[in-house]
Amino acid sequence: MKFGSGIILAGGLWYVAVMGAAFAVDEPFRQHMWIAAFVLAAFTIALMRKTSFEPQPPVDDNTYMDEPIRYGVIATVFWGVVGFLVGVVIAIQLAFPDLNFEPWLNFGRARPLHTSAVIFAFGGNALIATSFYVVQRTCRARLFGGDMVWFVFWGYQFFIIMAATGYLLGITQSREYAEPEWYVDLWLTIVWVVYLVVFMGTLLRRREPHIYVANWFYLSFIITIAMLHVINNLAIPISFAGSKSYSAFSGVQDAVTQWWYGHNAVAFFLTVPFLAMMYYFVPKQVDRPIYSYRLSIVHFWSIIFLYIWAGPHHLHYTAVPDWAQTLGMVFSIMLWMPSWGGMINGLMTLSGRWDAIRTDPIVRLMVAAMAFYGMATFEGPMLSIKSVNSLSHYTDWTIAHVHAGALGWNGMITFAAVYFLAPRLWGRERLYSIRMVNWHFWLATLGIVLYASSMWVSGIMQGLMWREYDEQGFLVYSFAETVAAMHPYYVMRVSGGLFYLAGGFLMAWNVYQTIRGRVRNETPMGMALPPRGAAMQPAQ
Amino acid sequence: MEVYTAMRHFADSWGLLAMTLFFIGAILFAFRPGSRSLADEAARIPLKDD
Repeated sequence: MKFGSGIILAGGLWYVAVMGAAFAVDEPFRQHMWIAAFVLAAFTIALMRKTSFEPQPPVDDNTYMDEPIRYGVIATVFWGVVGFLVGVVIAIQLAFPDLNFEPWLNFGRARPLHTSAVIFAFGGNALIATSFYVVQRTCRARLFGGDMVWFVFWGYQFFIIMAATGYLLGITQSREYAEPEWYVDLWLTIVWVVYLVVFMGTLLRRREPHIYVANWFYLSFIITIAMLHVINNLAIPISFAGSKSYSAFSGVQDAVTQWWYGHNAVAFFLTVPFLAMMYYFVPKQVDRPIYSYRLSIVHFWSIIFLYIWAGPHHLHYTAVPDWAQTLGMVFSIMLWMPSWGGMINGLMTLSGRWDAIRTDPIVRLMVAAMAFYGMATFEGPMLSIKSVNSLSHYTDWTIAHVHAGALGWNGMITFAAVYFLAPRLWGRERLYSIRMVNWHFWLATLGIVLYASSMWVSGIMQGLMWREYDEQGFLVYSFAETVAAMHPYYVMRVSGGLFYLAGGFLMAWNVYQTIRGRVRNETPMGMALPPRGAAMQPAQ
Repeated sequence: MEVYTAMRHFADSWGLLAMTLFFIGAILFAFRPGSRSLADEAARIPLKDD
């Protein structure tokens, strides 16, 4: 029976959700369980309508399983636009606080919605989809696990919906980038273990003897995120029918655990697997092997061994022991080398093909992404130095840094991968419009420049205002004065976000038209330039 | 000995040594004689397909 296990699983979960709603000990949990029950009922009915009892044709193991990747690309584009949109909304809320609509749409609830939407929904779907694409192509094997692949895709979407609706209901365990409560965490753990099984299973049945380096990066991402997620979310719920839990750790241990997780979410979610995308899609797009394969191996092991220690730099000048703060700082500074080694490795892949930047906007996106990777990984270690951190911490400088990395590196390499994948997955000759990719590139670049520069100025100003003393030792500015001084920069940030969001809409339109099979009639990019002065030659 | 102290001592002695040796070993292995041609071959894996 087609979808048999899916129908049973979703139906069973629906029953659990209804029981959760019936026995809920707190109101948000009851509402959350009704949302889950509604989503699961709709999903179960959709599967039942599409099921069939006819014997299914045997699966041909010599073909790739690309349908979940197609879904993944669509989900990436969809969640990307949603995440950017929520980002613009909360940026406007910061500039104009009257727009905090209580209780569901105030900044405190919408902010984790934005971070989770862009990191886990947009980034996560891109990573799952590209990892399934890359592992099949570089192992020359069909994905392992059959319907388990679908479980990973739909299970992950269910996690996103539960996390997002939970935030709006006010359900949070207030751990940075790990806000979902215990029951959503348990669900993600199950999905993630199945993801690991699918990925490992595919690696194990590979026909290519060597495991290509991109797969190392993907595998370390899956394993490390599993470890981080489980340990960071160790908590005791107050009831199995309630939304509240308490962390298994307390005080300093809790803070260190949180930032051990938090920084490694940056490392093993936003860096390592996106580097995997770089190591596959850049060589493919420019049709040249990676500059140095051995450098990529050094890059891999250095990142693995260094990143995991960098977390305490988020806790400078706190109750965390000094030696631990210094340890976090030193390892962050050491990360300069592998980060830049990796960036150079990616950029130098273009050597001999630099003209592609002029003719191919997808390469342009990739090069900008790698440049932003270099910039963000330069700034990060600098900010981790204690004396710099004493100025930058808790200010918008951190926000500028994060967005240079996220919008520049993660966003742009993902856009490039989406543009690479769309025509190939749907068997189209090319994208609907190449020139639209170019527009997207410039909109995104302009958006990042506006965003990052306004937040740099705002953050450094904020830090300087906070620490300014007069000759008698009194603070010069009250907190409210620093907030008022930032208003113009907050408005500038909104404009940057709007540019970036406009680029996201262009991508959605371009991918949609590509899926429909349309090709825009347009002049190709990078036509040969007329010889110098040709226009000034007299007519013969 | 307290668990914290024991783990701390392990972390900055044998644990550190083992990780450093593994790391150096992995780097040396990447640059072992004859690895260049294997690496060049591996780098071509994505380009061989479709």
